[in-house]
Amino acid sequence: MADRKNWGMVAEFDNPARLLEAAQKVREAGYQKFEVWSPFPIHGMDDAMGLGGSKVPWITLLGGLTGLTIGFTLQWWSGSIAYPIVIGGKPLFAWQFGLPVMFELTILLSAFGTVFGMFGLNKLPRPYHPLDKIKRFKKATDDAFFLSIEAADAKFDLGGSKALLEKLGGKHVTLVEE
Amino acid sequence: MAGHHKTFTDDPKVDPGVVKKAFTAAIAVGGLGLIASGAAIAMGEELRRQFFFSYLVAFMLCLTIALGALFFTIIHHLTRATWSTGLRRIAENMAGTLPVLAVLFLPILLGLHDLYHWSHEAVPAHDPLIRHKSGYLSTSFWVIRAVVFFGLWTAIALFFRRNSVKQDETGDTALTFKMRKWAPVSTLIFALSISFAGFDWMMSLDPHWFSTMFGVWTFAGSMVSFFAALGLAGLWLTKKGALAKTLTVGNFHDIGKLLFGFIVFWAYISFSQYYLIWYANIPEETAWYLHRTHEGWDNIFSLIIGGHFILPFALLMSRHLKRRRAVLGLACGWMVLMHWVDLYYVIMPTLQHHLHFHWLDVTTVLGVGGVFVAFFVRQFGKDAAVAHRDPQLIASMEYDNA
Repeated sequence: MADRKNWGMVAEFDNPARLLEAAQKVREAGYQKFEVWSPFPIHGMDDAMGLGGSKVPWITLLGGLTGLTIGFTLQWWSGSIAYPIVIGGKPLFAWQFGLPVMFELTILLSAFGTVFGMFGLNKLPRPYHPLDKIKRFKKATDDAFFLSIEAADAKFDLGGSKALLEKLGGKHVTLVEE
Repeated sequence: MAGHHKTFTDDPKVDPGVVKKAFTAAIAVGGLGLIASGAAIAMGEELRRQFFFSYLVAFMLCLTIALGALFFTIIHHLTRATWSTGLRRIAENMAGTLPVLAVLFLPILLGLHDLYHWSHEAVPAHDPLIRHKSGYLSTSFWVIRAVVFFGLWTAIALFFRRNSVKQDETGDTALTFKMRKWAPVSTLIFALSISFAGFDWMMSLDPHWFSTMFGVWTFAGSMVSFFAALGLAGLWLTKKGALAKTLTVGNFHDIGKLLFGFIVFWAYISFSQYYLIWYANIPEETAWYLHRTHEGWDNIFSLIIGGHFILPFALLMSRHLKRRRAVLGLACGWMVLMHWVDLYYVIMPTLQHHLHFHWLDVTTVLGVGGVFVAFFVRQFGKDAAVAHRDPQLIASMEYDNA
């Protein structure tokens, strides 16, 4: 096992309040590549971890504008250029009848942008994660709260990081291999 | 932050000096506006008719805001909401102006013949369409309905306000349950009455035309203008130092979100009404929009699409901008103006073939609006500006759905 690299370190916390406090302190200690794991969202965690605004809305906007453009172009091109046929005495293209399809495609591609953008930014699906090897970590989906620090973090240091996590009330502090 | 619990530390009352100053200013503007507008009645038929139409636009502007406030209060209890507890008294005070609006409705009764073509006794005899509707569109039935609407609105508004104020003194939680108990039936009454009020006072201006979406359209505009007014009232209070810690940036953010949501709802309803009529292309329906897309009215049509939807949609989409008080205040003021334009677009073409603004459009808004604001503000002098002993107030202050 000597050739295996360290992925990082994980610690378990008693409750959401302790986890929130730990996240704040770990951030204040200068760590950047750390993550918290909880069975449910914790209010105030974004601020405690120092997470900036999400990039997802911009992908949503991009998806929406793409949908709007496709909806317009499809109707205008097929009705006025490719198959210019007068139906029901209506113009070949008018914004009035074009709007519902433009609206629906805007919504559809906004939703796609939101969901798949979120998947992409979270690097999902991810069939393997180093933390999966830790047996206790399975409780993160049920009734336990964890904080992990990656070895790739510039501040990461075997002894120092472990001491910090223990000082913050972390239990079962474990080194995780890749 | 978790574990960091808030307490109510604000003075529940607004500084009496601030209330008195605002009341005096508003009642002065309102009185002068009404006198200046009312003078037009005596200045010939043309000005008299213009007065009644301009007055109807101004009246509907204030009425829809008050009705939106009434709905907000009812729905707060119906859904057992927490987040809106700190804002509820502002809405209760807006809905508390409904008895005053009932008085301000009287000029419309006087102008019945000038406003509503169907009200002339000779009309049904030679107009088969109006004759067909005369069972509903009869003056006596119309007046009875108006009395019933104002009676019900006043009763509901005062019931919720009085019980809420009573809780300020007693802190009795049973009052909360009492109000919740009456919320469902109030919702039902509200939905029917606002729809038929829309039919009676705005749609029947053109008695040949009809739209099944008109009631929902009235409601949609009502909610947009109410949330805009709520934002302005909340910003005014905090600017005057009242409720500075109770009304959080999260509250204003939520007002911005709901304003945004109802702008989209309004656009959806307005477009649906227009779209179905455009597509079906039946003369008795399209005539209404044909008139409103020619003779200068097409400019208002474009202004409403751009100013009542696209611009605020783009502006209020941003979380960052909604949380900035100056921007939110600007958006709220703009939406009140746009709501006036929207009502003007529905009401005024009945009178005017060509679009042209009249000085009475301004003086009637100052008149009715001034009285409306004055009686809204006056209630802050009598009772607390917030339901400070409501058991959910602290939770509403802590809640920040960022």
